[in-house]
Amino acid sequence: MASITARKNSDLVFRFLCYAATAMGLGALILILFKLFYEGFSGLGINVFTMTTPAPLSQGGLLNAIVGSLIMTALATVVGTPLGILAGTYMAEYGRHDKVTQVIRFVNDILLSAPSIVVGLFIYELVVRPMGGFSGFAGACALAIIVLPVVVRTTEDMLLLVPDQLREAASAIGAPRSFVIRTIAYRAARAGIVTGVLLAVARISGETAPLLFTALGNDNLKFSIFGELESLPTSINKFAGSAYPDLNSLAWTGALLVTAAVLILSIVARTLTSVKKSSP
Amino acid sequence: MADIMMTDRLAAERAPALKRFARGDAIFRWITRLAAYFVLLVLGGIIFTLVEGSIPTFQKFGLGFFVSDAWNPVKGEYGAFVAIYGTLVTSIIAMLIAVPVGVGVAIFLTELCPLNLRRPIGVAIELLAGIPSIIYGMWGFFVLRPILQDFEQNYLVPAFQDIPVLNTLFAGPASGYGMLTAGIILAIMILPFIAAVTRDVFMTVPPVLKEAAYGIGCTTKEVVTKVVLPFSRVGVLGGIMLALGRALGETMAVTFVVGNSHRFSASLLQPSTTISASIASEFGEAKDELLSTLFTLGLMLFVITFIVLAIARLMLMQMNKRAGS
Repeated sequence: MASITARKNSDLVFRFLCYAATAMGLGALILILFKLFYEGFSGLGINVFTMTTPAPLSQGGLLNAIVGSLIMTALATVVGTPLGILAGTYMAEYGRHDKVTQVIRFVNDILLSAPSIVVGLFIYELVVRPMGGFSGFAGACALAIIVLPVVVRTTEDMLLLVPDQLREAASAIGAPRSFVIRTIAYRAARAGIVTGVLLAVARISGETAPLLFTALGNDNLKFSIFGELESLPTSINKFAGSAYPDLNSLAWTGALLVTAAVLILSIVARTLTSVKKSSP
Repeated sequence: MADIMMTDRLAAERAPALKRFARGDAIFRWITRLAAYFVLLVLGGIIFTLVEGSIPTFQKFGLGFFVSDAWNPVKGEYGAFVAIYGTLVTSIIAMLIAVPVGVGVAIFLTELCPLNLRRPIGVAIELLAGIPSIIYGMWGFFVLRPILQDFEQNYLVPAFQDIPVLNTLFAGPASGYGMLTAGIILAIMILPFIAAVTRDVFMTVPPVLKEAAYGIGCTTKEVVTKVVLPFSRVGVLGGIMLALGRALGETMAVTFVVGNSHRFSASLLQPSTTISASIASEFGEAKDELLSTLFTLGLMLFVITFIVLAIARLMLMQMNKRAGS
């Protein structure tokens, strides 16, 4: 055993390294947020919300991108959420001990962290090519595929947390299984499932890669999902690479909007579950 | 007698209701089952489309595709070597930086941080883990790249000029674009993720074990290296593999700063590319051969990340089993 001084010194070095790692890591992240807020707010104005993609050196905003993002996110959530909840229900309620459920859980976990760009390629082949062109519909499909595993995972986890006594009590007074699930299990797991959906929405609101090959983008304000549709992330991508400072500034503002949306959704999701935890 | 007749009548009245219940049950059960199988279908569909899209590439280039560094849209010759090399190198750089720092943050959060700061800092890190990757890419492009270019050109390149091997890895002239910048951005991006997962794994160590070690006079370092880490090794490795899966497949954080050049260069400071960055930057004009090439790249990326993520999940499952028993 090393002498006590040697041990103390090496402990000091170790602790210093841990403090340094934290300072470095948090420091870098705070720098990024600071720059984002600084640049984002300085470009923020009413034009951002009322005007569409500008021609170089003229006034413009992000209206078309915001509208497109809202449409595709909403559609993806509306499609992905029920599918995910139903799949999670099967895994937690009907097939809890099935071999298939284990396989599905594994596959779902892989989909949860699979590169989103691959989802873009998949939807390109499945939707864009057969339909003959890029569309907001294809973009929403790609996002729905990203929503699905998130919702499946949280729904299953949350339903598994519901005590079996509750289900048994309902079954004992004669409620059929589907009724027990819909009125007892869902109600008990509601906050958790809503959290999962919010986290899924947060996840897709910043997704860029899959939209590049599905929705593509559109400089004009469009409401139809059957044509090319702009979105905030693809706008950011386009404007950040531009040589015009005006467009760069617009990219920062878009990035600020996306980040704010993601942070707000995550915080709301978090408060929902913490309320649930503190009131048993 | 009246009772029996009563129950008969009740049973008769209940029969249709029961039947309705049973039918509703069966329908609901089947709907949920179909939804669950849909998850499998998605994975199957992704694999199928990627393989189908790659067939022309395999027919034309064969297995040589993986080792060729050709990328000539005019002649229609493509190889994946530069992209594979770039993907691996950027991910290695990212892991070399993010793993020690992330584990350090996790140790700070579980052992050193004052109790009333633990929750706020922990929550902040979890929130940062959710920030879209394009934000990191943008920051890298506007802020980090110019700084790094200056640093590389004035310090790194001259410093390693005369040292063999290192003078190839750090060969100038530095443009700020390249695998080093991309690796650093990836590191910053996966850092909160590694820190959050590792902290969660460290929390599974029973406090009794740590208290016993502190009780016999162990220093923080000894508790961490001899109790916490051995106990949670599998989980930490699983978390690191998950982060690696993310780094390998990340697109937007890399595309902005890697330079998107298909010319092979061993130097970390020269423009290069990764699998996902090639797909993202070339897809716009891609037709026929190039499109098929990009699908092949996508297939490779999916296979690589699938293997990494599968190992990660198996490790984490093993950890949960042990924690449960």
